[in-house]
Amino acid sequence: MDIKQRTQMYTSLSSFARKCIFGILSVATLPNHIAFIMDGNRRYSKQHNLVDGEGHKVGYSSLMSMLRYCYELGVKYVTVYAFSIENFKRSPEEVQSLMDLMEEKIEGLIKEESLVNQYGVRVYFIGNLKLLNKSVRLAAARAMDATAKNSKAVLLICIAYTSTDEILHSVEESCEEKWDEIKVLNDKKHEKDIISVLDIERHMYMAVAPDPDIIIRTSGETRLSNFLLWQSSNCLLCSPSVLWPEIGFRHLVQAILGFQYNLYYLNKQKQT
Amino acid sequence: MRYNINDLLSSILAFELFLRSGYGCGRGFSEDILQDIDGKICGQNDNIVFILLWHVIHLIVRVIYLAQEVLRAIESYLVTNGFVTTYQPLNLNRVKYLGIVIDSDEARQISEVIQLLDWLSAIGVKKVCLYDREGVLKKSKEVLVERFSSAKLSNEDSKIDPIFTKTQMQFEFVSISDGKEAVAKAANLLFNKYYLDGDTEKPFFTEADLSNALKTLGVVEPDPDLLFIYGPARCHLGFPAWRIRYTEIVHMGPLKHKKYGLILKAIHKYTKVKQNYGS
Repeated sequence: MDIKQRTQMYTSLSSFARKCIFGILSVATLPNHIAFIMDGNRRYSKQHNLVDGEGHKVGYSSLMSMLRYCYELGVKYVTVYAFSIENFKRSPEEVQSLMDLMEEKIEGLIKEESLVNQYGVRVYFIGNLKLLNKSVRLAAARAMDATAKNSKAVLLICIAYTSTDEILHSVEESCEEKWDEIKVLNDKKHEKDIISVLDIERHMYMAVAPDPDIIIRTSGETRLSNFLLWQSSNCLLCSPSVLWPEIGFRHLVQAILGFQYNLYYLNKQKQT
Repeated sequence: MRYNINDLLSSILAFELFLRSGYGCGRGFSEDILQDIDGKICGQNDNIVFILLWHVIHLIVRVIYLAQEVLRAIESYLVTNGFVTTYQPLNLNRVKYLGIVIDSDEARQISEVIQLLDWLSAIGVKKVCLYDREGVLKKSKEVLVERFSSAKLSNEDSKIDPIFTKTQMQFEFVSISDGKEAVAKAANLLFNKYYLDGDTEKPFFTEADLSNALKTLGVVEPDPDLLFIYGPARCHLGFPAWRIRYTEIVHMGPLKHKKYGLILKAIHKYTKVKQNYGS
Protein backbone atom coordinates (compact mmCIF):
# COMPACT_ATOMS: atom_id res chain seq x y z
CA MET A 1 0.00 0.00 0.00
CA ASP A 2 1.44 3.36 -0.93
CA ILE A 3 1.28 6.52 1.12
CA LYS A 4 -1.79 7.92 -0.64
CA GLN A 5 -3.80 4.73 -0.06
CA ARG A 6 -2.66 4.58 3.54
CA THR A 7 -3.72 8.20 4.15
CA GLN A 8 -7.08 7.53 2.51
CA MET A 9 -7.65 4.45 4.66
CA TYR A 10 -6.63 6.38 7.78
CA THR A 11 -9.02 9.22 6.89
CA SER A 12 -11.92 6.81 6.29
CA LEU A 13 -11.22 4.92 9.51
CA SER A 14 -11.06 8.17 11.54
CA SER A 15 -14.24 9.37 9.90
CA PHE A 16 -15.97 6.09 10.79
CA ALA A 17 -14.67 6.18 14.38
CA ARG A 18 -15.90 9.77 14.69
CA LYS A 19 -19.35 8.79 13.40
CA CYS A 20 -19.55 6.03 16.05
CA ILE A 21 -18.57 8.39 18.85
CA PHE A 22 -21.01 11.03 17.61
CA GLY A 23 -23.68 8.33 17.50
CA ILE A 24 -23.05 7.57 21.18
CA LEU A 25 -22.93 11.24 22.21
CA SER A 26 -26.18 12.03 20.41
CA VAL A 27 -28.08 9.66 22.73
CA ALA A 28 -28.33 12.66 25.03
CA THR A 29 -28.88 16.34 24.28
CA LEU A 30 -26.04 17.91 22.36
CA PRO A 31 -24.94 21.54 22.73
CA ASN A 32 -26.68 23.86 20.27
CA HIS A 33 -23.96 26.53 20.31
CA ILE A 34 -20.23 26.13 21.01
CA ALA A 35 -17.79 29.06 21.21
CA PHE A 36 -13.99 28.89 20.87
CA ILE A 37 -11.30 31.29 22.07
CA MET A 38 -8.41 30.39 19.81
CA ASP A 39 -5.51 31.07 22.18
CA GLY A 40 -1.95 29.79 21.81
CA ASN A 41 -0.93 30.37 18.17
CA ARG A 42 2.07 32.53 19.05
CA ARG A 43 3.20 30.17 21.81
CA TYR A 44 2.97 27.30 19.32
CA SER A 45 5.13 29.28 16.87
CA LYS A 46 7.78 29.85 19.55
CA GLN A 47 7.73 26.24 20.76
CA HIS A 48 8.19 24.84 17.27
CA ASN A 49 10.66 27.53 16.15
CA LEU A 50 8.40 28.68 13.35
CA VAL A 51 8.54 32.01 11.54
CA ASP A 52 6.34 34.67 13.18
CA GLY A 53 2.84 34.31 11.86
CA GLU A 54 3.12 30.61 10.96
CA GLY A 55 1.39 29.67 14.20
CA HIS A 56 -1.73 31.52 13.02
CA LYS A 57 -1.74 29.55 9.75
CA VAL A 58 -1.54 26.24 11.63
CA GLY A 59 -4.24 27.60 13.91
CA TYR A 60 -6.44 28.20 10.86
CA SER A 61 -6.29 24.54 9.84
CA SER A 62 -7.14 23.53 13.44
CA LEU A 63 -10.14 25.82 13.15
CA MET A 64 -11.29 24.11 9.95
CA SER A 65 -11.00 20.68 11.61
CA MET A 66 -12.95 21.76 14.69
CA LEU A 67 -15.68 23.31 12.51
CA ARG A 68 -15.91 20.08 10.53
CA TYR A 69 -16.30 18.03 13.72
CA CYS A 70 -18.93 20.42 15.13
CA TYR A 71 -21.03 20.47 11.97
CA GLU A 72 -20.74 16.67 11.53
CA LEU A 73 -22.03 16.29 15.08
CA GLY A 74 -24.93 18.59 14.33
CA VAL A 75 -23.99 21.60 16.46
CA LYS A 76 -25.94 24.38 14.78
CA TYR A 77 -24.06 27.49 15.97
CA VAL A 78 -20.28 27.88 16.29
CA THR A 79 -18.65 31.14 17.36
CA VAL A 80 -14.92 31.85 17.18
CA TYR A 81 -12.93 34.72 18.68
CA ALA A 82 -10.71 35.64 15.76
CA PHE A 83 -9.54 39.15 16.63
CA SER A 84 -10.16 41.33 19.66
CA ILE A 85 -10.21 45.14 19.66
CA GLU A 86 -7.40 44.82 22.23
CA ASN A 87 -5.30 42.95 19.64
CA PHE A 88 -4.91 46.22 17.71
CA LYS A 89 -2.35 47.07 20.41
CA ARG A 90 0.07 44.50 18.91
CA SER A 91 2.87 45.58 16.61
CA PRO A 92 1.63 47.07 13.28
CA GLU A 93 3.44 44.31 11.36
CA GLU A 94 1.68 41.57 13.30
CA VAL A 95 -1.72 43.27 12.99
CA GLN A 96 -1.20 43.72 9.24
CA SER A 97 -0.15 40.09 8.75
CA LEU A 98 -3.21 38.94 10.72
CA MET A 99 -5.47 41.17 8.63
CA ASP A 100 -3.93 39.81 5.43
CA LEU A 101 -4.36 36.22 6.62
CA MET A 102 -7.99 36.91 7.57
CA GLU A 103 -8.74 38.52 4.22
CA GLU A 104 -7.21 35.56 2.39
CA LYS A 105 -9.21 33.05 4.46
CA ILE A 106 -12.46 35.01 4.16
CA GLU A 107 -12.09 34.91 0.36
CA GLY A 108 -11.51 31.16 0.70
CA LEU A 109 -14.82 30.77 2.54
CA ILE A 110 -16.78 32.10 -0.42
CA LYS A 111 -15.37 29.49 -2.80
CA GLU A 112 -17.70 26.74 -3.99
CA GLU A 113 -15.77 23.85 -2.46
CA SER A 114 -15.23 25.49 0.93
CA LEU A 115 -16.39 23.95 4.18
CA VAL A 116 -19.17 26.50 4.65
CA ASN A 117 -20.84 25.54 1.40
CA GLN A 118 -20.27 21.82 2.06
CA TYR A 119 -22.23 22.02 5.31
CA GLY A 120 -24.65 24.80 4.37
CA VAL A 121 -23.18 27.26 6.86
CA ARG A 122 -24.28 30.89 7.04
CA VAL A 123 -21.43 33.18 8.09
CA TYR A 124 -21.76 36.29 10.24
CA PHE A 125 -18.96 38.68 11.12
CA ILE A 126 -19.53 39.95 14.62
CA GLY A 127 -17.90 43.07 16.00
CA ASN A 128 -17.16 46.72 15.34
CA LEU A 129 -16.36 46.19 11.66
CA LYS A 130 -15.76 49.95 11.16
CA LEU A 131 -12.39 49.42 12.91
CA LEU A 132 -11.19 47.10 10.14
CA ASN A 133 -9.44 48.29 7.02
CA LYS A 134 -11.57 48.65 3.89
CA SER A 135 -10.49 45.49 2.05
CA VAL A 136 -11.17 43.18 5.02
CA ARG A 137 -14.50 44.89 5.65
CA LEU A 138 -15.56 44.45 2.01
CA ALA A 139 -14.42 40.81 1.99
CA ALA A 140 -16.47 40.18 5.14
CA ALA A 141 -19.55 41.82 3.59
CA ARG A 142 -19.12 39.69 0.46
CA ALA A 143 -18.83 36.50 2.53
CA MET A 144 -21.96 37.36 4.52
CA ASP A 145 -23.88 38.00 1.28
CA ALA A 146 -22.61 34.88 -0.43
CA THR A 147 -23.64 32.61 2.45
CA ALA A 148 -26.89 34.38 3.32
CA LYS A 149 -28.98 31.62 1.74
CA ASN A 150 -27.31 28.80 3.72
CA SER A 151 -29.50 27.60 6.54
CA LYS A 152 -28.21 24.32 7.94
CA ALA A 153 -25.71 25.81 10.38
CA VAL A 154 -24.24 29.17 11.43
CA LEU A 155 -20.65 30.36 11.89
CA LEU A 156 -20.09 33.57 13.84
CA ILE A 157 -16.61 35.03 13.48
CA CYS A 158 -15.87 37.65 16.13
CA ILE A 159 -13.53 40.16 14.59
CA ALA A 160 -12.73 43.61 16.08
CA TYR A 161 -14.92 42.46 18.96
CA THR A 162 -14.99 42.90 22.69
CA SER A 163 -17.96 42.24 24.93
CA THR A 164 -17.82 45.71 26.48
CA ASP A 165 -17.82 47.31 23.03
CA GLU A 166 -20.79 45.13 22.06
CA ILE A 167 -22.73 46.15 25.18
CA LEU A 168 -21.89 49.82 24.59
CA HIS A 169 -22.95 49.63 20.95
CA SER A 170 -26.18 47.94 21.98
CA VAL A 171 -26.91 50.70 24.52
CA GLU A 172 -26.27 53.33 21.81
CA GLU A 173 -28.60 51.60 19.36
CA SER A 174 -31.30 51.20 22.01
CA CYS A 175 -31.09 54.92 22.85
CA GLU A 176 -31.29 55.87 19.16
CA GLU A 177 -34.30 53.60 18.64
CA LYS A 178 -36.19 54.99 21.64
CA TRP A 179 -35.34 58.56 20.60
CA ASP A 180 -36.73 57.94 17.10
CA GLU A 181 -39.89 56.44 18.62
CA ILE A 182 -40.38 59.47 20.86
CA LYS A 183 -39.78 61.88 17.97
CA VAL A 184 -42.36 60.09 15.82
CA LEU A 185 -44.94 60.17 18.59
CA ASN A 186 -43.81 63.73 19.33
CA ASP A 187 -44.35 62.91 22.93
CA LYS A 188 -41.85 63.77 25.62
CA LYS A 189 -44.03 62.25 28.34
CA HIS A 190 -42.92 58.64 28.68
CA GLU A 191 -42.05 55.99 31.23
CA LYS A 192 -39.06 56.71 33.37
CA ASP A 193 -37.15 53.53 32.41
CA ILE A 194 -37.89 53.27 28.75
CA ILE A 195 -35.01 50.96 27.85
CA SER A 196 -35.31 47.36 29.09
CA VAL A 197 -32.91 44.41 29.16
CA LEU A 198 -34.78 42.93 26.17
CA ASP A 199 -34.18 46.11 24.14
CA ILE A 200 -30.47 45.88 24.84
CA GLU A 201 -30.35 42.17 23.97
CA ARG A 202 -32.13 42.81 20.69
CA HIS A 203 -29.40 45.21 19.59
CA MET A 204 -26.45 42.99 20.50
CA TYR A 205 -24.22 41.89 17.61
CA MET A 206 -24.74 38.31 18.89
CA ALA A 207 -28.55 38.56 18.77
CA VAL A 208 -28.46 36.41 15.61
CA ALA A 209 -27.65 33.35 17.72
CA PRO A 210 -28.86 31.87 21.01
CA ASP A 211 -26.56 32.01 24.07
CA PRO A 212 -23.62 29.60 23.89
CA ASP A 213 -23.76 26.27 25.77
CA ILE A 214 -19.99 25.78 25.99
CA ILE A 215 -17.06 28.22 25.72
CA ILE A 216 -13.72 26.49 25.13
CA ARG A 217 -10.55 28.50 25.68
CA THR A 218 -7.30 26.72 24.82
CA SER A 219 -3.86 27.18 26.42
CA GLY A 220 -5.21 26.61 29.90
CA GLU A 221 -5.99 30.28 30.51
CA THR A 222 -8.97 30.69 32.81
CA ARG A 223 -10.21 34.16 31.82
CA LEU A 224 -12.76 35.16 29.19
CA SER A 225 -10.78 38.20 27.95
CA ASN A 226 -13.86 40.26 27.12
CA PHE A 227 -15.57 37.52 25.09
CA LEU A 228 -19.33 36.84 25.30
CA LEU A 229 -19.49 38.09 28.91
CA TRP A 230 -23.18 39.01 28.54
CA GLN A 231 -24.16 35.73 26.87
CA SER A 232 -22.27 33.30 29.12
CA SER A 233 -24.49 33.40 32.23
CA ASN A 234 -25.49 29.74 31.92
CA CYS A 235 -22.60 28.55 29.84
CA LEU A 236 -20.07 25.86 30.72
CA LEU A 237 -16.54 27.26 30.59
CA CYS A 238 -13.80 24.80 29.57
CA SER A 239 -10.06 25.48 29.70
CA PRO A 240 -8.06 22.61 28.24
CA SER A 241 -4.32 23.23 28.58
CA VAL A 242 -3.60 22.32 24.95
CA LEU A 243 -2.57 25.15 22.57
CA TRP A 244 -5.06 26.05 19.82
CA PRO A 245 -3.04 24.62 16.87
CA GLU A 246 -2.88 21.30 18.79
CA ILE A 247 -6.56 21.03 19.65
CA GLY A 248 -8.18 17.84 18.47
CA PHE A 249 -11.31 15.77 18.34
CA ARG A 250 -10.87 14.38 21.87
CA HIS A 251 -10.94 17.87 23.40
CA LEU A 252 -14.31 18.51 21.77
CA VAL A 253 -15.61 15.16 23.04
CA GLN A 254 -14.36 15.98 26.56
CA ALA A 255 -16.15 19.33 26.50
CA ILE A 256 -19.40 17.75 25.29
CA LEU A 257 -19.20 15.01 27.94
CA GLY A 258 -18.74 17.75 30.55
CA PHE A 259 -21.75 19.59 29.13
CA GLN A 260 -23.91 16.44 29.27
CA TYR A 261 -22.69 15.68 32.80
CA ASN A 262 -23.91 19.10 33.98
CA LEU A 263 -26.95 19.33 31.71
CA TYR A 264 -29.61 19.10 34.43
CA TYR A 265 -27.90 21.81 36.51
CA LEU A 266 -27.33 24.14 33.54
CA ASN A 267 -30.93 23.75 32.34
CA LYS A 268 -32.18 24.52 35.85
CA GLN A 269 -30.10 27.71 35.83
CA LYS A 270 -31.54 28.73 32.45
CA GLN A 271 -35.06 28.47 33.85
CA THR A 272 -34.50 30.74 36.89
CA MET B 1 -30.21 -10.69 23.02
CA ARG B 2 -32.42 -7.65 23.58
CA TYR B 3 -33.49 -9.01 27.00
CA ASN B 4 -29.84 -9.27 28.08
CA ILE B 5 -29.05 -5.75 26.91
CA ASN B 6 -32.00 -4.35 28.88
CA ASP B 7 -30.76 -6.21 31.97
CA LEU B 8 -27.31 -4.74 31.48
CA LEU B 9 -28.76 -1.25 31.06
CA SER B 10 -30.79 -1.61 34.27
CA SER B 11 -27.72 -2.69 36.25
CA ILE B 12 -25.70 0.23 34.90
CA LEU B 13 -28.49 2.67 35.79
CA ALA B 14 -28.74 1.17 39.27
CA PHE B 15 -24.98 1.52 39.77
CA GLU B 16 -25.11 5.11 38.57
CA LEU B 17 -27.93 5.85 41.03
CA PHE B 18 -25.92 4.26 43.83
CA LEU B 19 -22.79 6.27 43.00
CA ARG B 20 -24.68 9.53 42.83
CA SER B 21 -26.87 9.19 45.90
CA GLY B 22 -23.98 7.77 47.88
CA TYR B 23 -21.65 10.61 47.02
CA GLY B 24 -24.44 13.17 47.03
CA CYS B 25 -23.16 15.02 43.99
CA GLY B 26 -25.31 18.02 44.74
CA ARG B 27 -28.39 16.32 43.33
CA GLY B 28 -29.55 14.75 46.60
CA PHE B 29 -32.77 12.88 46.08
CA SER B 30 -33.51 9.89 43.84
CA GLU B 31 -36.35 11.67 42.01
CA ASP B 32 -33.95 14.45 41.14
CA ILE B 33 -31.38 11.97 39.84
CA LEU B 34 -33.97 10.07 37.77
CA GLN B 35 -35.24 13.35 36.33
CA ASP B 36 -31.67 14.23 35.45
CA ILE B 37 -31.06 10.94 33.60
CA ASP B 38 -34.51 11.14 31.97
CA GLY B 39 -33.99 14.71 30.86
CA LYS B 40 -30.71 13.90 29.17
CA ILE B 41 -31.88 10.89 27.17
CA CYS B 42 -33.97 12.82 24.69
CA GLY B 43 -31.39 13.12 21.98
CA GLN B 44 -31.68 11.89 18.44
CA ASN B 45 -30.35 8.37 18.87
CA ASP B 46 -32.62 5.76 20.45
CA ASN B 47 -30.67 2.67 19.44
CA ILE B 48 -30.37 0.46 22.53
CA VAL B 49 -26.71 -0.39 21.92
CA PHE B 50 -25.76 3.28 21.69
CA ILE B 51 -27.81 4.08 24.80
CA LEU B 52 -25.91 1.37 26.66
CA LEU B 53 -22.55 2.67 25.44
CA TRP B 54 -23.55 6.23 26.41
CA HIS B 55 -24.29 5.11 29.96
CA VAL B 56 -21.02 3.20 30.12
CA ILE B 57 -19.05 6.25 28.98
CA HIS B 58 -20.81 8.54 31.45
CA LEU B 59 -20.23 6.04 34.22
CA ILE B 60 -16.53 6.06 33.39
CA VAL B 61 -16.62 9.89 33.39
CA ARG B 62 -18.28 9.85 36.82
CA VAL B 63 -15.69 7.44 38.22
CA ILE B 64 -12.89 9.64 36.81
CA TYR B 65 -14.42 12.75 38.45
CA LEU B 66 -14.70 10.86 41.75
CA ALA B 67 -11.07 9.76 41.53
CA GLN B 68 -10.03 13.36 40.79
CA GLU B 69 -12.01 14.51 43.83
CA VAL B 70 -10.20 11.98 46.04
CA LEU B 71 -6.82 13.15 44.71
CA ARG B 72 -7.81 16.76 45.36
CA ALA B 73 -8.79 15.87 48.93
CA ILE B 74 -5.39 14.24 49.49
CA GLU B 75 -3.58 17.22 47.94
CA SER B 76 -5.53 19.66 50.10
CA TYR B 77 -4.72 17.63 53.22
CA LEU B 78 -1.02 17.69 52.39
CA VAL B 79 -1.04 21.45 51.72
CA THR B 80 -3.16 22.35 54.77
CA ASN B 81 -0.99 20.36 57.14
CA GLY B 82 2.30 21.68 55.85
CA PHE B 83 3.62 18.56 54.09
CA VAL B 84 3.66 20.44 50.80
CA THR B 85 5.04 23.97 51.06
CA THR B 86 5.08 24.95 47.36
CA TYR B 87 2.21 27.38 47.84
CA GLN B 88 3.69 29.35 50.68
CA PRO B 89 4.52 32.15 51.20
CA LEU B 90 1.50 33.55 49.41
CA ASN B 91 1.84 36.89 47.66
CA LEU B 92 -1.59 38.28 48.47
CA ASN B 93 -0.82 41.74 47.10
CA ARG B 94 -1.73 40.54 43.63
CA VAL B 95 -5.22 39.53 44.74
CA LYS B 96 -6.67 42.96 45.36
CA TYR B 97 -10.27 41.89 45.00
CA LEU B 98 -11.52 38.31 45.26
CA GLY B 99 -14.92 37.40 43.85
CA ILE B 100 -16.86 34.34 45.01
CA VAL B 101 -19.76 32.89 43.06
CA ILE B 102 -21.87 30.44 45.07
CA ASP B 103 -24.73 28.35 43.74
CA SER B 104 -27.89 29.76 45.37
CA ASP B 105 -29.05 26.41 46.77
CA GLU B 106 -25.67 25.91 48.43
CA ALA B 107 -25.61 29.51 49.64
CA ARG B 108 -28.57 28.72 51.88
CA GLN B 109 -26.17 26.67 54.08
CA ILE B 110 -24.94 29.80 55.79
CA SER B 111 -22.63 27.87 58.12
CA GLU B 112 -20.67 26.63 55.09
CA VAL B 113 -20.38 30.20 53.78
CA ILE B 114 -19.16 31.39 57.18
CA GLN B 115 -16.54 28.63 57.30
CA LEU B 116 -15.29 29.58 53.83
CA LEU B 117 -15.03 33.23 54.84
CA ASP B 118 -13.23 32.19 58.05
CA TRP B 119 -10.62 30.44 55.93
CA LEU B 120 -10.22 33.42 53.61
CA SER B 121 -9.90 35.70 56.57
CA ALA B 122 -7.18 33.46 58.03
CA ILE B 123 -5.31 33.51 54.70
CA GLY B 124 -5.42 37.30 54.77
CA VAL B 125 -7.90 38.19 52.03
CA LYS B 126 -9.36 41.60 52.84
CA LYS B 127 -11.89 42.43 50.16
CA VAL B 128 -14.43 39.92 48.93
CA CYS B 129 -17.28 40.22 46.48
CA LEU B 130 -19.99 37.63 47.22
CA TYR B 131 -22.31 36.70 44.37
CA ASP B 132 -25.21 34.31 44.13
CA ARG B 133 -27.89 34.40 41.49
CA GLU B 134 -30.99 34.69 43.65
CA GLY B 135 -29.59 37.08 46.27
CA VAL B 136 -29.61 34.56 49.14
CA LEU B 137 -26.33 35.96 50.43
CA LYS B 138 -27.70 39.51 50.32
CA LYS B 139 -30.33 38.38 52.83
CA SER B 140 -27.58 37.20 55.21
CA LYS B 141 -25.66 40.46 54.82
CA GLU B 142 -26.05 41.62 58.43
CA VAL B 143 -24.98 38.28 59.88
CA LEU B 144 -21.86 38.12 57.75
CA VAL B 145 -20.82 41.76 58.08
CA GLU B 146 -21.27 41.65 61.84
CA ARG B 147 -19.24 38.50 62.17
CA PHE B 148 -16.29 39.66 60.11
CA SER B 149 -16.12 43.35 60.84
CA SER B 150 -14.86 43.09 64.37
CA ALA B 151 -11.06 43.03 64.59
CA LYS B 152 -11.08 40.67 67.55
CA LEU B 153 -12.25 37.22 66.49
CA SER B 154 -11.92 33.98 68.37
CA ASN B 155 -10.03 31.10 66.79
CA GLU B 156 -11.53 28.34 68.91
CA ASP B 157 -13.61 26.71 66.18
CA SER B 158 -10.97 27.04 63.51
CA LYS B 159 -8.63 24.23 62.55
CA ILE B 160 -6.20 26.76 61.12
CA ASP B 161 -2.88 27.44 62.84
CA PRO B 162 -3.72 29.85 65.66
CA ILE B 163 -0.79 32.13 64.89
CA PHE B 164 -2.76 33.35 61.85
CA THR B 165 -4.73 36.34 63.03
CA LYS B 166 -7.95 36.93 61.22
CA THR B 167 -8.18 40.15 59.28
CA GLN B 168 -11.12 42.47 59.05
CA MET B 169 -12.97 41.85 55.82
CA GLN B 170 -14.95 44.12 53.55
CA PHE B 171 -17.82 42.65 51.60
CA GLU B 172 -19.81 43.51 48.53
CA PHE B 173 -23.02 41.57 47.93
CA VAL B 174 -24.09 41.07 44.33
CA SER B 175 -26.92 39.17 42.66
CA ILE B 176 -28.45 38.75 39.20
CA SER B 177 -30.23 42.12 39.41
CA ASP B 178 -26.84 43.85 39.48
CA GLY B 179 -25.93 42.40 36.11
CA LYS B 180 -28.04 42.92 33.01
CA GLU B 181 -30.67 45.02 34.78
CA ALA B 182 -28.03 47.41 36.08
CA VAL B 183 -26.79 47.94 32.53
CA ALA B 184 -30.38 48.66 31.41
CA LYS B 185 -30.74 51.21 34.22
CA ALA B 186 -27.42 52.79 33.23
CA ALA B 187 -28.68 52.95 29.63
CA ASN B 188 -31.75 54.82 30.85
CA LEU B 189 -29.54 57.24 32.80
CA LEU B 190 -27.50 57.94 29.67
CA PHE B 191 -30.66 58.29 27.57
CA ASN B 192 -32.15 60.82 29.98
CA LYS B 193 -28.89 62.73 30.27
CA TYR B 194 -27.81 62.92 26.63
CA TYR B 195 -30.99 62.60 24.61
CA LEU B 196 -33.80 64.15 26.57
CA ASP B 197 -31.94 66.84 28.44
CA GLY B 198 -29.06 67.34 26.06
CA ASP B 199 -28.81 69.13 22.73
CA THR B 200 -30.08 67.77 19.43
CA GLU B 201 -26.70 66.44 18.25
CA LYS B 202 -26.30 62.67 18.34
CA PRO B 203 -24.19 61.87 21.41
CA PHE B 204 -21.10 59.71 21.20
CA PHE B 205 -20.93 57.26 24.10
CA THR B 206 -17.70 55.76 25.35
CA GLU B 207 -17.11 52.82 27.69
CA ALA B 208 -16.15 55.39 30.32
CA ASP B 209 -19.62 56.96 30.04
CA LEU B 210 -21.27 53.61 30.71
CA SER B 211 -18.85 52.88 33.58
CA ASN B 212 -19.67 56.25 35.14
CA ALA B 213 -23.40 55.65 34.76
CA LEU B 214 -22.95 52.29 36.51
CA LYS B 215 -20.96 54.04 39.26
CA THR B 216 -23.85 56.41 39.83
CA LEU B 217 -26.05 53.35 40.33
CA GLY B 218 -23.74 51.98 43.01
CA VAL B 219 -21.21 49.88 41.09
CA VAL B 220 -18.23 51.53 42.75
CA GLU B 221 -16.03 48.55 43.51
CA PRO B 222 -13.27 47.46 41.14
CA ASP B 223 -13.41 44.39 38.90
CA PRO B 224 -12.52 41.18 40.77
CA ASP B 225 -9.03 39.87 39.89
CA LEU B 226 -9.92 36.29 40.71
CA LEU B 227 -13.30 34.58 40.79
CA PHE B 228 -13.89 31.35 42.73
CA ILE B 229 -16.93 29.37 41.64
CA TYR B 230 -18.51 27.14 44.29
CA GLY B 231 -21.09 25.01 42.55
CA PRO B 232 -21.43 21.86 40.48
CA ALA B 233 -20.25 23.39 37.19
CA ARG B 234 -17.70 25.94 35.98
CA CYS B 235 -20.21 28.63 35.07
CA HIS B 236 -20.30 32.19 36.38
CA LEU B 237 -24.12 32.09 36.79
CA GLY B 238 -24.74 35.64 35.61
CA PHE B 239 -22.03 37.58 37.45
CA PRO B 240 -22.20 41.18 36.13
CA ALA B 241 -20.71 41.04 32.65
CA TRP B 242 -19.12 44.50 32.78
CA ARG B 243 -16.89 43.43 35.69
CA ILE B 244 -15.25 40.17 34.57
CA ARG B 245 -13.37 41.23 31.46
CA TYR B 246 -9.99 39.89 32.55
CA THR B 247 -10.98 38.06 35.72
CA GLU B 248 -9.40 34.64 36.19
CA ILE B 249 -12.23 32.17 36.78
CA VAL B 250 -11.48 29.07 38.89
CA HIS B 251 -13.93 26.29 39.61
CA MET B 252 -13.60 25.08 43.22
CA GLY B 253 -16.29 22.39 43.23
CA PRO B 254 -19.43 22.27 45.41
CA LEU B 255 -19.40 24.45 48.53
CA LYS B 256 -19.86 21.50 50.89
CA HIS B 257 -16.67 19.91 49.50
CA LYS B 258 -14.55 23.06 49.83
CA LYS B 259 -10.92 22.55 50.74
CA TYR B 260 -8.54 24.98 52.43
CA GLY B 261 -5.43 23.66 50.71
CA LEU B 262 -6.96 24.12 47.27
CA ILE B 263 -7.78 27.77 48.02
CA LEU B 264 -4.08 28.33 48.74
CA LYS B 265 -3.18 26.53 45.52
CA ALA B 266 -5.64 28.57 43.43
CA ILE B 267 -4.41 31.89 44.83
CA HIS B 268 -0.79 30.85 44.32
CA LYS B 269 -1.49 29.81 40.73
CA TYR B 270 -3.16 33.18 40.11
CA THR B 271 -0.11 35.09 41.36
CA LYS B 272 1.94 33.33 38.65
CA VAL B 273 -0.40 34.22 35.77
CA LYS B 274 0.87 36.67 33.15
CA GLN B 275 -1.79 38.56 31.22
CA ASN B 276 -1.12 40.27 27.89
CA TYR B 277 -4.44 42.13 27.78
CA GLY B 278 -4.61 41.51 24.06
CA SER B 279 -1.20 42.76 23.02
